[in-house]
Amino acid sequence: MATTTTEAAAASGPGLVEQIRVAVPERGLRHDLRATGIVWRRELIRFRTDRLRAITALIQPVLFLFVLGTGLSSLAGGNMPPGISFKTFIYPGVLAMSVLFTAIFSAASIVWDREFGFLREILVAPVSRASIVIGKCLGGATIATFQGIIFLILAGFAGVPYNPVLIIVLIGELLLLSFTLTAFGVMMAARIKQFQAFMALTQMLVMPLFFLSGALYPLSGLPAWLSVLTRIDPLTYIVGPMRHAVFSHLSMPAAFEQRFSPAITWAGWAVPLGLSLGIVAVMGAGMMAIAIAEFRKTE
Amino acid sequence: MALVTHTSMNTDDAAAPDGAAASREPVISVSGLTKQYGDVQAVRGIDFEVARGETFGFLGPNGAGKTTTIKILCTLANATSGTARVAGHDAITERDAVRRNIGLVFQDTTLDTYLTAEQNLRFHAELYGVPKAAVVPRMHQVMDMVGLWERKDSLVSTYSGGMQRRLEIARGLLHAPHVLFLDEPTVGLDPQTRSSIWAYINDLKRREDITIFLTTHYMDEAEHCDRIAIIDHGKIVAIDTPEALKASVGKDRVQIHTDDDAAAIGALKEAFGIEAAVHEGAVTFSVPAGEQFVPRLFTELTVPIRSVSVSRPSLDDVFMSYTGTTIRDAEASGTDAMRAMAQRFRAGRR
Repeated sequence: MATTTTEAAAASGPGLVEQIRVAVPERGLRHDLRATGIVWRRELIRFRTDRLRAITALIQPVLFLFVLGTGLSSLAGGNMPPGISFKTFIYPGVLAMSVLFTAIFSAASIVWDREFGFLREILVAPVSRASIVIGKCLGGATIATFQGIIFLILAGFAGVPYNPVLIIVLIGELLLLSFTLTAFGVMMAARIKQFQAFMALTQMLVMPLFFLSGALYPLSGLPAWLSVLTRIDPLTYIVGPMRHAVFSHLSMPAAFEQRFSPAITWAGWAVPLGLSLGIVAVMGAGMMAIAIAEFRKTE
Repeated sequence: MALVTHTSMNTDDAAAPDGAAASREPVISVSGLTKQYGDVQAVRGIDFEVARGETFGFLGPNGAGKTTTIKILCTLANATSGTARVAGHDAITERDAVRRNIGLVFQDTTLDTYLTAEQNLRFHAELYGVPKAAVVPRMHQVMDMVGLWERKDSLVSTYSGGMQRRLEIARGLLHAPHVLFLDEPTVGLDPQTRSSIWAYINDLKRREDITIFLTTHYMDEAEHCDRIAIIDHGKIVAIDTPEALKASVGKDRVQIHTDDDAAAIGALKEAFGIEAAVHEGAVTFSVPAGEQFVPRLFTELTVPIRSVSVSRPSLDDVFMSYTGTTIRDAEASGTDAMRAMAQRFRAGRR
């Protein structure tokens, strides 16, 4: 029986089969770009269909801005110049926070995909691991930025002007932050196989990152230990430039700006804004490279 | 006979598998393959070849090394030693070339249930670089083949288990692979759905020029294969066509209904020296070449016979004779129960 089947197949050849010719091409840049594109697009499709996620991700930053921000205004209000509220001060930091969970959660879907098998569908594809990881990082960055843009709409309630230049700068910074956060999440997801463990670990890291970034307090006049910790936190290097962008579009006394939006310093040396953003970008790229190397491994 | 013969490896890389010229070369050839996980030796040196167009089945209990072998062939795992060539390429050193030429259906679903069926297929098409102009017609073709084209816009989470498996088969075929790997294609499905899945697979064999490699621990499914390798404890214990394997067991099962079973059993012992017993309400015994035995039965047995049935040995008998145990006993370790539990757990969370 085996022989007859084999002969029949060999004799008939592809001619007999009414088949659409689908030759899978040799791997090339175009193929890799298509792979990156579809991995990116999947993130967008899933973000679009999961409205609940977008809404729940908004709750925490809204609480921070309006409840914590309003509540603490009475304490901090005395220090604020006229027309500037405490909400305005914390807005850039809370804006950064608004993308935090979406970015990490997007990376968490890798752990999820692994548990539900979909990751295997991706990993047996004849494309470079890099194209998949890059697609994932860009996808997470894009949807997290969307999430940030939703929060950006509320800027007026915090006394932040809707200045087109400011908006564009903030969106650019959000994109950079979202990319680095997703890369961080993807790097973790490459190693951590259990969903619960991933969520526990990221939650454990996310809050300290947020609290140490200077999102809720100025970086000037801190005790030495806290001052050192804030300089280690990568989030500091994005919250600083974001607050700088917001403050440069408000009119306030120079002394106030000095005190509440000081430059990040390393042993007294002021880190330029470009370098600050560069640090975040390099960290993102580095973590993405680690993730790619991790996904190249085979059991 | 059904013994494992060490097939000589075709070391020179013949013509590309993409051309019909390569039809003489085996599509899969495995030699001396082993895989060690820590202290556990999952695969202990196996050799086999699969010819183009063949449907080849790996039959064995859970934990016998079937999935490990398929993972190595599909480039998802490295071999500890030995070689594996698939579609003319080395499964360990030429992963991408192998990946381009194979389609996979895993035992656990690998669909994104939050996407529609069409979105899942489109994802696959892009990932495999299916030429843009061919994507939609080919999607239509493979979804038609499994009867899901009308449901293409539904979310996969609304699909039944059988529909999901069919969709996975369609997806595995989307990029027109030369070899389709099916790892336990019907595990966890009800009998009716299982038979419908097989109808699709058999239809597929007629319509596409494709080699199928599958693993199963269902005896009746192994019957669909052109050839079977019986694997147990990481080794191939027998490899041949289902017919030849069953013939190798040597004996047919004969069941007779008589007016007096006790007398018939006594007479069988006396006249032929056969040990018979009553099973399923009939006097049952095994003899070589059952059909030729029946005429002698009528002439020499004094007890009146009302009916006779002769049946060939089943693959269950084959498995039993090669491994000394039934496949069900071999699985008494409870791996099936664990899988069922895991599936319930997953279903609950979804």
